[in-house]
Amino acid sequence: MISLAGRDVLHSWGKFVFTGFGLGLLIGVTLVMAGVYRGMVDDGKALLDNSGADLWIVQQDTLGPYAESSSLNDDLHRAVRAVPGVGRAANVTYLTMQVRRAGRDVRAMVVGVAPGTPWETPGWPPHLVAGRQITRSHYEAVADIATGARLGEQLTIRRNRYTVVGLTRRMVSSSGDPMVFIPLKDAQEAQFLRDNDAIWRNRRRTAANPVFNRPGAPGLLAALDSTQTASTSVNAILVRVAPGASAAELAATIRRWKRLSVHTRAQMEDILVGKLIATSARQIGMFLVILAAVSAAIVAFIIYTLTMDKIREIAVLKLIGTRNRTIAAMIVQQALALGFIGFAVGRITATYAAPHFPKHVLLVLPDSIAGFFAVMAICILASGIAIRVALKVDPAEAIGG
Amino acid sequence: MKTLPFRPRTLALGAILAVLVALLAHVSLRSGPLAPVAVTVTRAETRALQPALFGIGTVEARYTGRIGPTAPGRLARLEVHVGEIVAAGQVLGEMDPVDLDDRLRAQTAAHRRAEAVVREATARLEYARAQALRYDELYADRSASEETRTAKRQELAIAEAASAAAREEVDRLAAELDALRAQRANLRLVAPMAGLVTLRAADPGTTLVAGQTVLELVDPASIWVDVRFDQSGAAGLAADLPARIVLRSLGGTEIPGRVLRVEPRADPVTEELLAKIVFERQPAAPPPLGELAEVTVALPSLPAAVSVPNAALQRQGERVGVWRVVAGRPEFVAVALGRSDLDGHVQVLAGLAPGETVVLHRAKALRASSRIRIVDRLVEAAP
Repeated sequence: MISLAGRDVLHSWGKFVFTGFGLGLLIGVTLVMAGVYRGMVDDGKALLDNSGADLWIVQQDTLGPYAESSSLNDDLHRAVRAVPGVGRAANVTYLTMQVRRAGRDVRAMVVGVAPGTPWETPGWPPHLVAGRQITRSHYEAVADIATGARLGEQLTIRRNRYTVVGLTRRMVSSSGDPMVFIPLKDAQEAQFLRDNDAIWRNRRRTAANPVFNRPGAPGLLAALDSTQTASTSVNAILVRVAPGASAAELAATIRRWKRLSVHTRAQMEDILVGKLIATSARQIGMFLVILAAVSAAIVAFIIYTLTMDKIREIAVLKLIGTRNRTIAAMIVQQALALGFIGFAVGRITATYAAPHFPKHVLLVLPDSIAGFFAVMAICILASGIAIRVALKVDPAEAIGG
Repeated sequence: MKTLPFRPRTLALGAILAVLVALLAHVSLRSGPLAPVAVTVTRAETRALQPALFGIGTVEARYTGRIGPTAPGRLARLEVHVGEIVAAGQVLGEMDPVDLDDRLRAQTAAHRRAEAVVREATARLEYARAQALRYDELYADRSASEETRTAKRQELAIAEAASAAAREEVDRLAAELDALRAQRANLRLVAPMAGLVTLRAADPGTTLVAGQTVLELVDPASIWVDVRFDQSGAAGLAADLPARIVLRSLGGTEIPGRVLRVEPRADPVTEELLAKIVFERQPAAPPPLGELAEVTVALPSLPAAVSVPNAALQRQGERVGVWRVVAGRPEFVAVALGRSDLDGHVQVLAGLAPGETVVLHRAKALRASSRIRIVDRLVEAAP
């Protein structure tokens, strides 16, 4: 017995290979689309991992600090630190804002990290790809390479300039904005201090108010102005649970006695994945379904066309008495070969294309395996139609028409 | 099954398939969870760390004079403006005296009148004394009665008392005049020290309350930097340590300075230590008060010890340590840490020998089972 499929492929190998490549690009797009979704989820998890916290303490009844804004007094962490079971507690601020770099605006999430050491205090970047961690208590920054920053460069955040001393990779917010880590006090200033014009306007407004600007109380106005420019809030307190303590129990204690909202790691993942990126994820899911349907239709169409191209040859085969099984096997084998080439090309293109996407595209092994079997299944299903046509052909067509 | 005919076409197809399979295998191993983690490495070195503290503060004056009236009133004149240098004791302005000058004149007249009264009393006293003397002689000659002589003596005593009362009245009125003059002088705003006028808070005609500041003077020779250091890691901050001051307006220019004193009270709200830094040489043009300054205080250098860059340090559960590279594989070792400097070197007190290779930068978190690929750098160097 000879390999009919092999023979046929060799007969028109150029067409076969190019069809495979075309199909591969389509499968590549589908894999990338799945990768985009995985990347979004992974961004959210990376955000949680990088914060190094077990519990997130935020303003009462908020889902902060990533999904909702939250504001706490910055001396509250001392009260939290005194709760039994708390290993480490550190203030942190998160604010997505425009950071000026080399004359251009970069959208970044500015993270204010509490004074301390990177290995002890939650909130610091856990690992760097270049440079060092922040050592000065002001005006130093560790930036993600996605901002385009380089070591030694100056970043301008609000009115202050920061020297980039370290670089990170894949330190992003849940929406994919690169992070810039700066000392907490600077970040509080950047977040809560108003711009100079607003401060001047506010001073004039206060001075115009006769209640605050009385001739009999000359110091009142100055005292009032100084309280208005003070910034003593943070967005969240990151807590690392002491060894042996239960995170859930500790969260319940703090919720009950400190009357604050506390999120555990599982709840935080739920907030990020379930609430923050839920709509985008469904959007991508829809796209994925449509792409899969389109791919299946195209594979079916290609195999159908390939079969129709050689319908006369199949008629001849039937005329010389070839069994139906042999003809069907030929078509299925061709379809599977096409599917394999397509998958291989798709996986390779997806891998090489992924780093060029602006947001993280994560190609995971289970997705690839599932994709492989899906492609094979679609090919087998698609070849069904072609087999039906091939088997119904009248052997007389070989000599006639 | 018969083999396929050995033809160039077969070869080409086979080659394409082989390349595809090879590439697929390559991408599966080089990306995703199976791929090795790219890292850079460094050696634990023995070095003497030069720790330093970094803080920010504002330029302040050590001596500030706030000049204002001690009683409510209206400002009559103010002769100096912001930026002028004044001498100690110089009259800078004056409050409106209202009726004080009139009262001073009235008091002067009252004083003069009292002096006239003294003269009158003196004249009466002299006459009474002469009369008493004459009647004493007449009485001795038995030309005058005892009663008349006693009457003249009484008149003398009354005249003496009246004269004394008149003199005391003069003293009283003189003292009151002095008091009024002192009050008048107190209306003048006088510089308590030589210095620079930094604030002119009111203009002539303004009504002021007692104690309200009209002018502010500072001594430009007593400029210092009121600086704050974060309490964590501020060990070793002490007086007389050398410091480098960078004023915000001067960009990168460093001005040498010295820690004058560390304040005995720290700020409990901001969790900062406060210190005063003086300039080694007073700047020719004093920087504006309130300007932001960055201060780096050099602490005494530490004895040589094993140290690693802070980027190499990592936390695994409750242990802090580094990833040591042994035979091309990462191995986590817990270390005990000492002090650090501003360049990011941290002393390793125990757990690491000098010369050992440790992972410095990594593309992602390492696990003990991770494969690593050592590279020179993970990001391209700046152009």
